[in-house]
Amino acid sequence: MSVNTALEDKNMENTETNNPASSAAQSQEAASNSPEKKIANEGVKISVKINNFLELIGFTWFIPIVKLLAGENPVEQLKDILKVIGVPVLAMLIFVGFWNWGAAKIQTSLGAIPGPAAVWQETKSLAADHYKEKEKEVAFYKRQEVRNAKKLEKNPDAVIKIRNYTGKATYPQQIMTSLWTVFAGFLLASVVAIPLGVICGLSPAFNAAINPIIQIFKPVSPLAWLPIVTLIVSALYVVEGDATFSKSFLVSAVTVTLCSLWPTLINTAVGVSTIDKDLMNVSKVLQLGWWKTVTKIVLPSSLPLIFTGLRLSLGVGWMVLIAAEMLAQNPGLGKFVWDEFQNGSSQSLGKIMVAVFTIGIIGFMLDRIMLTLQKYFSYGDAM
Amino acid sequence: MKKNRKTFIKQNMGGVFKSCLAGLALTMAGGLTSAHAVGQLEKDELKFGFIKLTDMAPLAVAYEKGFFEDEGLYVTIEPQANWKVLLDRVIDGELDGAHMLAGQPLGATIGFGTKADIITAFSMDLNGNAITVSNDIWAEMKPNIPKDAAGKPVHPISATALKPVVDRYKSEGKPFNMGMVFPVSTHNYELRYWLAAGGIHPGYYSKTDITGQIDADALLSVTPPPQMPSTLEAGTIYGYCVGEPWNQQAVFKGIGVPVVTDYEIWKNNPEKVFGVSAAWAEKNPNTHKAVIKALIRAAQWLDANNDANRPEAVKILSQSEYVGADYDVIANSMTGTFEYEKGDKRALPDFNVFYRYFATYPYYSDAIWYLTQMRRWGQITEEKSDEWFHEVAKKVYRPDIYLAAAKELLEEGKISKEDMPWDTDGYRAPQTHFIDNISFDGHTPNAYLDKFSIGLKGKDAVK
Repeated sequence: MSVNTALEDKNMENTETNNPASSAAQSQEAASNSPEKKIANEGVKISVKINNFLELIGFTWFIPIVKLLAGENPVEQLKDILKVIGVPVLAMLIFVGFWNWGAAKIQTSLGAIPGPAAVWQETKSLAADHYKEKEKEVAFYKRQEVRNAKKLEKNPDAVIKIRNYTGKATYPQQIMTSLWTVFAGFLLASVVAIPLGVICGLSPAFNAAINPIIQIFKPVSPLAWLPIVTLIVSALYVVEGDATFSKSFLVSAVTVTLCSLWPTLINTAVGVSTIDKDLMNVSKVLQLGWWKTVTKIVLPSSLPLIFTGLRLSLGVGWMVLIAAEMLAQNPGLGKFVWDEFQNGSSQSLGKIMVAVFTIGIIGFMLDRIMLTLQKYFSYGDAM
Repeated sequence: MKKNRKTFIKQNMGGVFKSCLAGLALTMAGGLTSAHAVGQLEKDELKFGFIKLTDMAPLAVAYEKGFFEDEGLYVTIEPQANWKVLLDRVIDGELDGAHMLAGQPLGATIGFGTKADIITAFSMDLNGNAITVSNDIWAEMKPNIPKDAAGKPVHPISATALKPVVDRYKSEGKPFNMGMVFPVSTHNYELRYWLAAGGIHPGYYSKTDITGQIDADALLSVTPPPQMPSTLEAGTIYGYCVGEPWNQQAVFKGIGVPVVTDYEIWKNNPEKVFGVSAAWAEKNPNTHKAVIKALIRAAQWLDANNDANRPEAVKILSQSEYVGADYDVIANSMTGTFEYEKGDKRALPDFNVFYRYFATYPYYSDAIWYLTQMRRWGQITEEKSDEWFHEVAKKVYRPDIYLAAAKELLEEGKISKEDMPWDTDGYRAPQTHFIDNISFDGHTPNAYLDKFSIGLKGKDAVK
């Protein structure tokens, strides 16, 4: 992961150095072409802006297209497009081809491994399921209205309440549950890890004290935490009547917290402890209080590493979540995979494949979002 | 100090007495004021758990056919990962009730496994399980099985056909592993019954060793039902006892052969129950009754007109949120047939019974049969009197709640009078249809235990 980050950063530097040069060349070209001069200049400006934004969110492969549209040197841009888009697309096609060819060769007891076509079919059937369930939901509320009306007719003082739909959670709803759960767990982890990390970084004694604990708990798998978390949550979270959070949600979220705590904690501690000595000296000279030192000097200068930690944490959290949901029965993607595995029908493998891709794509998107934030806080001014 | 305490106790006692009187007055007043609220549901949004097995059908049908809603109940039905998770979630209140193994409320009440007071007022079905062995074991067993004129194996197949195979494994020092779904599951007892009837020792439980493999010829271990076929395929176990559709699944996947159904081991044996925690039932008596009403109607629908509704039921069950297996796999056992060896499909109209033969009535004698098996295999470690068996059965099985629900249905004209055993004492007439021809009378559990050659009885204890 860190390698990946480094690569991205390098990539960015490259394009950054490229940018001014090419736009300079562009403007020269534009200058010689007097009637279109103004428009071209505008185009280049906008394209630089858009490209900076794309750079920020990590979608570097769109940059040549934007440049092309802005009218920059077409041959060069087309070459770039071929490189940054053509190659990955080709690789993807080869992968799909291999998958299609290989899948049919492996016979499981549930039939052949589903190929790309079968998985696409299941994606459509999951979507259809969603709309069918929505229709059932509408009918459910209608029936309830009729029943409530009857109740009121009989007894005008009767208390009427609308009950939530009792049907199954559809695939998009399960995705939302998973996202919400990982977000809650991740937030909790950040709230705990960042302050702890700051203290660790500032105080070598505290760091020495807490380090063994971190080292021991860091490599523990979610599967080991889960039974303990389950029992503790069951013991502590006792609510009469309707609970705001279901226990399965809490168990999954807390498990995510426990496993995703560490990267943020460690990175924050490193970030804080490696602050430029001069900066700390400035704070001493200005006689800043502890709180001011932390908020004005320590946090701003360690932000890049804190965000690196957060990004790693979210990645870990998302991976852990699926396992936690499987066991805690939290109605998200993990439970979807587990239930389909248990179903063992001829569509099950296809549906699980859909879930695999969904999990991958969402994990990728979460990582991009964190990368964007990380870059924004690392090079905020440069952007 | 001593005197002080005495006076304190005295005062306290007085206080208790007074508050008792006050409480009595309150209850009487409460009785008067709440008289018009009779039948009011205490809770109308409920969540029930189930395991992906076809005998959860009454729950799915009551939901899909609107029987729950007819009673004013808004029920969510949720599949659970395994029996342990399901039971724990009923105990801690995350689930209001669940599709349970008959042994679970009993085991929980007597403290085998997690200790908790669970009761049941509804039996979900009769029969519905089978024992499946892997293809290799079947090939080895087959020569030992008598054939009929057409060259097909004669059913029921006794475990004596399996004995030489187990003996060979034993002499080679290899463990003969088999799967069942839970220590207090019907399947565990049925598999043990079948094995023991064929002279294969399935092993004892003891106070300190709860693996259930002491002195065992065949080693039984727990695997969740839906994972049975894949575990068999992986070669971890050589056979298993489980409910449907997981035996038919083995036939479809071509990885195993069902050798005997539980209908043949014990004709019309009680299977799953609908369990709730005793505290929940106490708090929500009207809701509980309403749930039982909906479930009785669902069971009735499942068996109505000679199983005419079964194809529709199979269609419901094959949806991914319920059992989720393919239609054909579920239909194989739900529509009056059962496929043994691939292509050997035989009529077995009573393989899944939900309503006829008073299937839904929670008989004390059913509870006692399970308790005798717990004693037979050492889950109950010491001798218990006949009275103890009756007492536990009456604590856990609650025909009173069941009959109250049935009576309301009768008054509403939804069931007919002959559907229910209104005047039974809660014990079935002595049952004789066991694979080893030993008869069972629920009135005399200890005398029943004495009839077995393999198994604990009297003062026996496992060392």
